[in-house]
Amino acid sequence: MTTFDNHRVTPWILLAPQLLVVAVFFFWPAFQALQQAFYVEDPFGLGRSFVWFDNFTRVLASPEYHRALGVTVAVGVGVAVGAMALALLLAVLADRVIRGARVYRSLLIWPYAVAPAVAGVLWMFLFDPGLGIVSHLLAGVGVRWDHHLHGDQALALVIIASIWKQMSYNFVFFLAGLQAIPRSLLEAAAIDAAGPWRRFWSITFPLLSPTTFFLLVMNSVYAFFETFGTIDATTAGGPGGATRTLVYKVYEDGVIGYDLGSSAAQSVILMLLVGLLTLIQFRYVERRVQY
Amino acid sequence: MRYRRPALDWLSHGLLLLCVVAFCLPVWMALTASTHTQTALYTGTAPLWFGGEGLSNFIGVLTAPMDRLGASAARLLWNSTVMALGIAVGKIAISILAAYAIVFFRFPLRRTCFWLIFITLMLPIEVRIMPTYKVAADLNLLNSYIGLILPLIASATATFLFRQFYLTVPNELLEAARVDGAGPWRFLRDILLPLSKTNIAALFVIMFLYGWNQYLWPLLITTDDHYLTTVVSLKRISAASDELIPWQEVMATTLLAMLPPVAVIVVLQRFFVKGLVDSEK
Amino acid sequence: MPRLSTTVLTLALSGAVLPVQAATEITWWHAMNQDLGRKVDEIAADFNASQDEYVIKPEYRGNYSDTMTAAIAAYRAGKAPDIVQIFEVGTATMMSAKGAIVPVYQLMQEHGTDFDPSVYLPAVTGYYTDTEGNMLSLPFNSSTPVLYVNRDELDAAGVDEIPRTWQEMDTALTKLVDSGATQCGMTATWLSWTQMENFSALHDIPFASEENGFAGLDTRLQFNHTAVVDHLKRLAEWQKDGRFRYGGRFSDALPLFYSGECAMVFASSASLAGIRSNAKDFDFAVAPMPYDAELVDKPHNSIIGGASLWVMNGKSDEVYDGIAKFFQYLSSPEVQADWHQFSGYLPITEAAHELTKQQGYYDEHPESEVAIKQLTASQPTSNSKGLRLGNMSQIRNIIYEEMENVFNGQQSVQQALDRAVERGNELLARFQQANQR
Repeated sequence: MTTFDNHRVTPWILLAPQLLVVAVFFFWPAFQALQQAFYVEDPFGLGRSFVWFDNFTRVLASPEYHRALGVTVAVGVGVAVGAMALALLLAVLADRVIRGARVYRSLLIWPYAVAPAVAGVLWMFLFDPGLGIVSHLLAGVGVRWDHHLHGDQALALVIIASIWKQMSYNFVFFLAGLQAIPRSLLEAAAIDAAGPWRRFWSITFPLLSPTTFFLLVMNSVYAFFETFGTIDATTAGGPGGATRTLVYKVYEDGVIGYDLGSSAAQSVILMLLVGLLTLIQFRYVERRVQY
Repeated sequence: MRYRRPALDWLSHGLLLLCVVAFCLPVWMALTASTHTQTALYTGTAPLWFGGEGLSNFIGVLTAPMDRLGASAARLLWNSTVMALGIAVGKIAISILAAYAIVFFRFPLRRTCFWLIFITLMLPIEVRIMPTYKVAADLNLLNSYIGLILPLIASATATFLFRQFYLTVPNELLEAARVDGAGPWRFLRDILLPLSKTNIAALFVIMFLYGWNQYLWPLLITTDDHYLTTVVSLKRISAASDELIPWQEVMATTLLAMLPPVAVIVVLQRFFVKGLVDSEK
Repeated sequence: MPRLSTTVLTLALSGAVLPVQAATEITWWHAMNQDLGRKVDEIAADFNASQDEYVIKPEYRGNYSDTMTAAIAAYRAGKAPDIVQIFEVGTATMMSAKGAIVPVYQLMQEHGTDFDPSVYLPAVTGYYTDTEGNMLSLPFNSSTPVLYVNRDELDAAGVDEIPRTWQEMDTALTKLVDSGATQCGMTATWLSWTQMENFSALHDIPFASEENGFAGLDTRLQFNHTAVVDHLKRLAEWQKDGRFRYGGRFSDALPLFYSGECAMVFASSASLAGIRSNAKDFDFAVAPMPYDAELVDKPHNSIIGGASLWVMNGKSDEVYDGIAKFFQYLSSPEVQADWHQFSGYLPITEAAHELTKQQGYYDEHPESEVAIKQLTASQPTSNSKGLRLGNMSQIRNIIYEEMENVFNGQQSVQQALDRAVERGNELLARFQQANQR
């Protein structure tokens, strides 16, 4: 690729603002977190003692941490699969009807603009064991909904609220992906007397695979981090730790429990975990896009 | 079209409409709940239809509780707007430049800079909140718009998207520009920026929403109610220490907090979709 | 005007004669929302109007947990408020932070006039004193759990007397559910506080070693005691047929009572105001916490919840003078009696209690006196003085977690409490490690 090679200073001027912001508000605090991970300290910072890897071994050995990992995976899979499957279905339907696809897009896109915490509050109201309309309907068919008590129901609530918010994002991508597929291909298949079901799986779906993969990554990241607001506003990690994800645990131990050392150690572990995920994503991106 | 089946079309419309209705249900319930009294809400199931309170809960939220929080609704909306705009504009500005340097220049440490920036994707502010707060305090940024905005700009999402887009810019454009004797600044201003219009618009939407919807950071760093934002005030109203959640007020505030970002996405939908989809694919 | 001259004199002594100094501002971070928040503003405004040297600036900082987090973060950044309201479970953390706070007794001795700690109710201040009996923070809003009952439903089920013991409770609940008067006999808010911490205090059982943590940082949890286990087993058993319903953490269970779904609820005495305004369709009554007749003949005093005001370190003398004045104002019988009657929180001085009596308030509202009577039923013992446990709010969450897994049938009560003790002790050890110097 052609580049400006003989400019020595210009790139640094261009990069300076971003590097400065990142250095001050990312690396400096991240370094402090790294340092903190090796100390036990009282909340007010009046004294600290160096404990080597004690914070890490404690965290990694604790059953709660393993549980939180499990919950994170469950939320990730639930949200990714749920939001993508629903979005794909709706996108296929909207693509079919052609007339009105844009209208449906407008009608379905707006939840993306709702804050995760606000989404949580909205759905919590629907499922409120006492007041909620949905829990009331469920009671009619014999399901006693009480996400304060039943972990699986609380998890379901978080996943539903997240799917609701994330679906629209996926829908936009799938619809665009579908509309980019040449009609001629599908028409050719139709002439070969392939039914809509077979047409979808043998032609459409493979052509959508880059979009699907990209969305898988985006949805996992969303489930990993952005569900924080939803969880905080609805279940606060409960009941019985059933909705406590890794990110929520970092927050809970650090900001509510004031155990800065343990929280910092968890941040470092998270950093490594997400770093790994990002690397995988990058390998994929690098392969597709040349420098 | 030749291979269409009308029955399937109707089924498609039916399913889509069903989903649209289901998607609107939470907002509908919020809307009706916000028109009832607290007592009416807490005796039985949440009502499906509007109550007699009409607009009085909205007026209540817009005046009384906000007064007690030390900020009027106008103030809250203003603060949220300043923060969201600041984050959107700031992030886009620094990202355009950084991505430009990384894609169109060759210089020592380029790879290092690339990774230094992209590594920030890994650790969102929620998990480094305490040390970040300390830094902001050391720099005397508590209770200021700068403090609300700058730390949230320190992430690479926008840089990443711009880089992806720049990589798709045809080589010939740059070559032609160099033949014409254009330097890097002119190339950026006259060619690259006009080309990026849609992407900038899309990113603007994303970042505006991101900024508007921030909760934990503004909660921590604003101790002066002068800088309180809408989403934070929502949490404050719904966080009842020893009292009942006043659902009717919470829902009225929720709707107010939702309105601007939803309006932004609906109005700018075209750019949002085009910019997003083009740069990612 | 002698008042003016003292002001001038103070100004002269503090070295700032000219120009006339503006009033000293004192920030007060609190967690009081809605009606209570408005009342806090009112108290501050009244104090500000009563003199012109100091201005109290109340700032609402979110719920208890948010307020405490914000105060700690602000202290670390050197921007702490002057006064901060901290919930009772944060007490151990605050008092261990010796360099970060100024104990109230010390503040009052150095900056106040004629401070007499004996006017405060020991059952209230006991929670916030050190082992020598020195008051570390000023109790502001203290409550204690009581039993609220739906009279109409009890009548419908033929229950004439409000149960006083857990044995009578069993009979009453059975009648309530069997008669079909209600589908849910009782529920409880703040399960750990109402059914474990207070259960232990009422029956004089230790909740944790070292006098519930008052005597040292090496305290460890002991609530997997047979009596507590048996009590929770009872609840778990009742939960199967609706005699009891777990209504969620914190005060999530209250709406179940408002809507008439549950006939009884254990809740803070401070919930009275809310119950008054929400329980419109039925008659309700307030009763003391039941006790287990097999364990004791007469219950001990219950323990408090709520929050107290802590003074942060590193402020100027003028600020401390102002805080001392304000605390004195806050402790005055008039202010206290008004706050008590308005909110349902307990008065912190005997004088305020007496004043309320004299005003005839309890004659009209006998339900308001149940809590204070229960709280002052006996001299506090080392088991009923309160709790002084580090990381207490997390320990409560652990208790909720483990008990939730009992109520949804995943484990037995004994397992739950053993696990809660084990997990909680890890937090206590952690707290000890962080604070022992």
